[in-house]
Amino acid sequence: MKRADHTLLVLVVALLALLVIGLLLPKWLFLLTLSLGKGLVVLGLMLLLRTGLVSFGQGFFYCLGAYAVGSLGQFFGIRDVLLLLLTGVVIGTAAAFLLGLLMAKYRDIFFAMLSLAFSMILYGLLVRTAALGSTDGFNVAPPTLFRRPIGGEQHQFALFALACVLAFVAALVMHAYFETPLGRLSPAIRDNEIRVEYMGASVRHAIHVKYVIAGALAGLGGALTAITVGHIDPDLAYWTTSGEFIFVAILSGTGSVIAPFLGAFVFEIIRTYAYQYSPNTWQLVVGSALLIVIVFLPAGLWSVFGHLRRRGSS
Amino acid sequence: MTPILDAQGLCKKFGAVTAAWGISIAVEPDTVVGLIGTNGAGKTTFVNMVTGYLKPDTGIISFKGRDVTALHPRQITQLGICRSFQIPQLYDSLTVLENVIVALGIVLRNSKPWRLRTPKIVPGHGTTLTAAAETMLARFGLVQYRNSLAGVLPEGVRKLLDIAVALAVKPEMLILDEPTSGVSSDEKFGIMDTVMNAVRSEGVTVLFVEHDMEIVSRYSKRVIAFYEGRVLADGAPAHVLGDADVRKYVVGGQVAVRPEAEDIASA
Repeated sequence: MKRADHTLLVLVVALLALLVIGLLLPKWLFLLTLSLGKGLVVLGLMLLLRTGLVSFGQGFFYCLGAYAVGSLGQFFGIRDVLLLLLTGVVIGTAAAFLLGLLMAKYRDIFFAMLSLAFSMILYGLLVRTAALGSTDGFNVAPPTLFRRPIGGEQHQFALFALACVLAFVAALVMHAYFETPLGRLSPAIRDNEIRVEYMGASVRHAIHVKYVIAGALAGLGGALTAITVGHIDPDLAYWTTSGEFIFVAILSGTGSVIAPFLGAFVFEIIRTYAYQYSPNTWQLVVGSALLIVIVFLPAGLWSVFGHLRRRGSS
Repeated sequence: MTPILDAQGLCKKFGAVTAAWGISIAVEPDTVVGLIGTNGAGKTTFVNMVTGYLKPDTGIISFKGRDVTALHPRQITQLGICRSFQIPQLYDSLTVLENVIVALGIVLRNSKPWRLRTPKIVPGHGTTLTAAAETMLARFGLVQYRNSLAGVLPEGVRKLLDIAVALAVKPEMLILDEPTSGVSSDEKFGIMDTVMNAVRSEGVTVLFVEHDMEIVSRYSKRVIAFYEGRVLADGAPAHVLGDADVRKYVVGGQVAVRPEAEDIASA
């Protein structure tokens, strides 16, 4: 029989647990908030991966979202955090809609390389734009929520709580989306595009929609990251950033909408500690971690829970 | 009776090879037509032109009085022609039930594409998505495979699922490309009985390509024999299968061609 769906329950528990952890361990707030921002991007990437598409350029939307937030504060004095985050989503959505017109025609390595190309074009433009700080980027003005400051050293928890709620809603909506007819087309397109077309559905339209959703989430993740870190630079669009998202997606696995956030957090921890204890060889540590996961947990970190559940029930 | 499908003068060349040489076929609704012919006779080319995979060089195809010659496979499916494939086209990493649910989901979405919340009841099935899928599986005897992945099923079951998925889209015309090829001979009649029972209860017009003359004579009401891109004979099964030319070029040819060579050639 069909396994009962506990995702809502797990999500609520995870939300509450995160908030408690945030209250108890204020030192971890920065890392946790950052992980949630990246987790949002990976959540969108996961949707594309389920459709059989590897985007090597989610950094494009991530960077756009971040620069939109930075520019609004810098040039227009807009600091309301909700407005800033919304702008990140809108920019990501609009950009993905336009690029999607072209991207939806491509598959496999062509899709990956084209997405990479767009993000590197953005990187190149930003590096040469003196008004946006060139390679140095610029600082993001401290945001406010209902005219009160949010984020920074003193108000870290409020921003973290907001990020938790955003991640919770995004994961819940994505989970519901997987169960809709359009959402179910994801694995179908990955398996057999011909059949999808011969059933009367447009593969290109479906991929376009998924690309826009992923772009919106990456824009939101970028906006959240800009607000959390307080600084933006063109590296947000550099290929290593996009590669990091794929890294986290493989680390997490595509089994659940919670996995990207878990994966992003584990990644941040590994990287932070690796950097702290072996500043010269930290990439080696991170790479080894991924290797171990790929060898022993090919379906990603999330599959640990599946193994545990099966062991518990047998 | 006005034909549901009317193909007039279809020609199709692939370089120097002429696969269709002025094929004209009209099919009345609610019938079962068997398409026979040796490999390269033009059966599959005809099917591919009707379903929009190939565009004829010249000629017109109309379905329910509407010109569908230039339409995309997706649009032709939406108008009511659905097909199965010689090599089953399934979603291998999904379960049997999920394969059907994807098909029904598309029907659901196409019925009200502009609505954000898709309706609950699948049009033409009258029940919810899962219930309609379960019904389809029951009608095709696939219930025991419900939760198996489509990629690991035996060939006969894959054939049935491929047809079930095509029928789930509620077509008015169903085109089956060699529904019993690659299946052991003792399974063939079981598959055809199952398919015909499921299909005939809905009054769907069926076109099927078949090499086994026993199957053709038993299940079709009308047989069309192809030879070198032309229609060689067209009429009642007894009449066509008894035709001297058909015996010489089509039925006789079947004995000469070994089944293995045949599968490779048409795959």
